[in-house]
Amino acid sequence: MKKDMLTIIRKEFARFFGEKRMVFTTMLMPGLLIYLIYTLMGQGMMQVFTADDSYALKVYERNLPEELVPVLEEISADWTRADEEDIEEIKSMIRDKEADVLIVFPENFVAEAEAYDVRQGGAAPNVEIYYNSTEPESAHAMSALSGLLNAYEDSMINKFDINAGETEYNMATERDVTGQLFAMLLPMLLITFMYSGCVAVAPESIAGEKERGTIATLLVTPMKRSSLALGKIISLSCIALLSGISSFAGTLLSLPALLGGEETGMNANVYGFVDYALLLVIILSTVLVLVAVIAVVSAFAKSIKEAGTAISPLMILVMLVGLAPMLAGDGEKSLGVFLIPVYNSVQCMHGIFSFTYEPLQVVVTMLVNLVCTGLLAGVLTKLFNSERVMFTR
Amino acid sequence: MEEILRAEGLKKSFKLSARQRKIEKTGAKIKTAVDDLSFTAYRGEVFGLLGPNGAGKTTTLRMLATLIRPDEGDALVDGASILKEPEKVRAKIGFLTSELKLEDFFTPNYLFDFFSELHGVGATERKSRKEELFSRFGIDTFAEMKVGNLSTGMKQKVSLAISLVHNPDIIIFDEPTNGLDVLTAKVVTDFLLDLKRQEKTVIVSTHIFSLVEKICDRVGIIIDGKMALCDTLEAVRRGKSLEDRFFELYEEKAGMPV
Repeated sequence: MKKDMLTIIRKEFARFFGEKRMVFTTMLMPGLLIYLIYTLMGQGMMQVFTADDSYALKVYERNLPEELVPVLEEISADWTRADEEDIEEIKSMIRDKEADVLIVFPENFVAEAEAYDVRQGGAAPNVEIYYNSTEPESAHAMSALSGLLNAYEDSMINKFDINAGETEYNMATERDVTGQLFAMLLPMLLITFMYSGCVAVAPESIAGEKERGTIATLLVTPMKRSSLALGKIISLSCIALLSGISSFAGTLLSLPALLGGEETGMNANVYGFVDYALLLVIILSTVLVLVAVIAVVSAFAKSIKEAGTAISPLMILVMLVGLAPMLAGDGEKSLGVFLIPVYNSVQCMHGIFSFTYEPLQVVVTMLVNLVCTGLLAGVLTKLFNSERVMFTR
Repeated sequence: MEEILRAEGLKKSFKLSARQRKIEKTGAKIKTAVDDLSFTAYRGEVFGLLGPNGAGKTTTLRMLATLIRPDEGDALVDGASILKEPEKVRAKIGFLTSELKLEDFFTPNYLFDFFSELHGVGATERKSRKEELFSRFGIDTFAEMKVGNLSTGMKQKVSLAISLVHNPDIIIFDEPTNGLDVLTAKVVTDFLLDLKRQEKTVIVSTHIFSLVEKICDRVGIIIDGKMALCDTLEAVRRGKSLEDRFFELYEEKAGMPV
């Protein structure tokens, strides 16, 4: 039986690795695409949110008090004094994105501001900043100016400071920051990648063989149906695993760029060998379950197309399960949670990424997934034995 | 004569879908494809199952090959029951039907090795059998071409060679010459006679009278899933041509002129 299983595994590998196009589309492309897309997305977002430093903002001011000049000079800008009659024209220039900002102070702003007492009520002196939120430089100037003015306002009534010193006050380590973000995002991404990897190979190999009539040729050999079922599940899992790892590598490499890189203090190096090894074990056992499920569904289908239709709702379910850690937060997890296949994998991955897993959870997850795969392989064997399922057209 | 295959009271019916009922213009939900069919084949003979399309020939052979299970009855293939020991049966027979396809992606050479492994054929035996069968059918000239690129005739030759990787004693062929050109068909019929010379038992199904007359020792005529007559070719013919005898029988059994 073992020999037949190995023969089947070798054939599936020969089939997959023999076709360069298939290797490229299911193994290299996902990782490469994810890496490129995420990196570009990251860069694109950085460009949107950070304004060009060398650009001198075109700022118009009215009644800018002398006292405020040193405060506001911190931003690099060309300041132009605006006369009362030009105000409307400048506003339309901002609308047309020809000017960035118009800032209008009340006359005697500094004196009025100092004289204002919040306890007496009444309106405080109002500074008006006209800007255009769809123009990045203008939006940037707006936030920079209001930031500086708020700081100036604080300095006028300063009673105490928060975190004013030079020390680093956020005690979270790089490890914690990375753990928190990765644990939130990666389980969902990983489970989705694994599922896509399985979908790329399993229906082709089961429903496809049925559709092409090649499964019947296998079924007239003396090989046990269980050898065929296990051989298929194991070989397809290996291929799906490689596809999943490719996507994972692409994600891991591009995630810092996507989320803002060094500034956020993220670094995939915070995970050690044991973390990655456990992750791999979890991923492998999960892929086995997923391939087995898809194989069983595919065995019922008459064609690859039909199999594809039947398994697409599963994708949504798998993604929802992947979102669980994001929605549930970090509470104490009872061991019972780890008895649910796939869900247990997501919880384990969350635990590994956030450094909160317990070895027993990983062991239970792995065992549950293996038992589940075994049961599904039994179902697949039964299906291979069923003429109604195998030969009905 | 040593009995090598005995089918006893084989029965198989299929559920008809609403669409099939419409096509066949029948209200019956179940169609009996094979109805209480019994016959015996002996070692070293060619046994032909003759009948029109839809008579139940292929269904019978698929039951013998353990691809489908009979509703009733059983068959012993060289002592192994198709119900109780299907794996043993599969190891003893070579089965060829148009329903069994080869994967387009692989070469005849690879597939021969692959199926040899599944049949547990050792490396040396595999090599010599491959050489023999490949040269016999001229497969050696396209042994390294992908099956998907081969012509129908070439594919049929490869399927034939692969059904014989394990040198089975009983060979079951469903319509072996269907869809083949005259040259390839001759290669196949000559080969069947060769197998007979090697003391193999060959069971073929066909609706071609001349093929039966040319190669079969004994013949079973199936009409509407029932065995209408089963005897030696001579006894069935009763001095007439097989074709004339068949139509006589058909009128008798089906109750209507052809």
